[in-house]
Amino acid sequence: MIDKRILLLLQLSVALIVLVIWHIASTTTLFGDPRTISFFFAEPIAVGKRIVDWFIDGSIWYHLGITLTEATLAFIIGSMGGVIIGFWFARKPLLAAVFDPYVKAANALPRVVLAPIFALWLGLGIWSKVALGVTLVFFIVFFNVYQGVKEVSPTVLSNARMLGMNGRQLLRHVYLPSAMSWMFSSLHTSVGFAVVGAVVGEYLGSAAGLGYLIHEAESVFDVTGVFAGMFVLTFFVLVVDWLVSLVEKRLLVWRPIPAG
Amino acid sequence: MKIEQTFQAGGSGRTQSYAVELQDITIAFPMADGTNYEAVGQTHLSVRDREFVAIVGPTGCGKSTLLNATAGLLVPAQGRIRIFGKDHTGLNSHAGYLFQQDSLMPWKTSIDNVAIGLEIAGIPRREALEKARLWMEKVGLSAFCDRYPHMLSGGQRKRVGLAQVLIRDPQIILMDEPFGPLDAQTRLIMGDLLLDLWSADRKAVMFVTHDLDEAIGLADRVIIMSAGPSSRIIGDYSITLPRPRDIADIKSEPQFQEIHREIWNALKEEVLKGYRQAEERQ
Repeated sequence: MIDKRILLLLQLSVALIVLVIWHIASTTTLFGDPRTISFFFAEPIAVGKRIVDWFIDGSIWYHLGITLTEATLAFIIGSMGGVIIGFWFARKPLLAAVFDPYVKAANALPRVVLAPIFALWLGLGIWSKVALGVTLVFFIVFFNVYQGVKEVSPTVLSNARMLGMNGRQLLRHVYLPSAMSWMFSSLHTSVGFAVVGAVVGEYLGSAAGLGYLIHEAESVFDVTGVFAGMFVLTFFVLVVDWLVSLVEKRLLVWRPIPAG
Repeated sequence: MKIEQTFQAGGSGRTQSYAVELQDITIAFPMADGTNYEAVGQTHLSVRDREFVAIVGPTGCGKSTLLNATAGLLVPAQGRIRIFGKDHTGLNSHAGYLFQQDSLMPWKTSIDNVAIGLEIAGIPRREALEKARLWMEKVGLSAFCDRYPHMLSGGQRKRVGLAQVLIRDPQIILMDEPFGPLDAQTRLIMGDLLLDLWSADRKAVMFVTHDLDEAIGLADRVIIMSAGPSSRIIGDYSITLPRPRDIADIKSEPQFQEIHREIWNALKEEVLKGYRQAEERQ
């Protein structure tokens, strides 16, 4: 067992070393012309200053709020659709068989190409980004719920029927919890994709959000702004992921902790 | 010495009180190559109300299949099933079934697993939980009410399963090698617990096992089935050992050993036949 404090120290030193090398490369002649390097990679102190400025003048909160709203809406709508359709297909094998090639085709399509269509249909506001996120989240949740309903242990099912459950009670006490457990186990992926949908949508055409911020900086060769935006986005995703872990821990308390 | 009273099922006045009657039951499964595999052939078996019947046979002889047919989980190809004298189709609502594999809902705590049978029958949750707590006590697990199944040992899960089945007060209890996956000591403890609970409120029991000791120790009657396919009943022995029994001690009694020898002689040939068939199939 590695000591947790030592581990944290080692992890922090990795970040520190990278920052120091970055700083030396972009401000001294050690690795080449610092002006060229800082043009392509920016300077860590300038990036840090930009991030602090954003938080001090408060402009970043607006963009964060927009991205968060889009991702949340995409997650909620996509998950609800995935749960309902996943359930429906799993309980109606004929329906699932008929739509199988279309579901596969739709899932095979790289969703990014839909962004211009959604922008055309829904405008440049938040809804075109929500739509893009929904197409990403939906399939993850759909496949997991479908699997969850299909993979209910036959013994648990027989037992539930022998205990006197009717169709609706089976749905509530057996199928739904099983499907939910599969859905929750993919929570990290689906939440991540909701954010991806929002940011990519913003990047391709919008007037607000983190993706917009990065795109704006890029279009005037403001590399410092691009890097600052990337760091804020990374931090934002880490916080969201941590929140998901909390929710997951609460919801999947009944599951055995996987070994290792 | 105390004169033991043997349990006399179906005595005067209730001679026709059969809980389960399987009449000329044939059960077949379709195979991948289009033919039918006949698991059980033309079997006749009656279980009286309040009678504990153990069904013993070599592995793969269709013992579980008989239980599933009685439970209504599968439909026999031929024959009739009568439950308390009435023809029966569909799921058997008189029966409680303790399965061999884990059958608890993993997403419910043990007490919720026990209470669910009452809850779905429309009993208010508070009342159901109160009764469930009582049953958790009866199976010796009152300290484990809030544990999820994966936090319990195999034996504890079986106890919760037992409470889950018995709380609904089924008139027929079906048990499919319920203690199969447990170690020998735990099996003895579970057997004693089962007998305690059953003696307090006798129901018809069909108990499938491959363990002859367990069968004789627990049951009023031991049924021997032949090796499959088309397995049949080849022996029906009344066990007149006195009750209450302690199934760990009872093995050393001469009467037990005598019955054991007699049944084993009949069973041995079938077990060997079963092994030979299994080897041929490989």
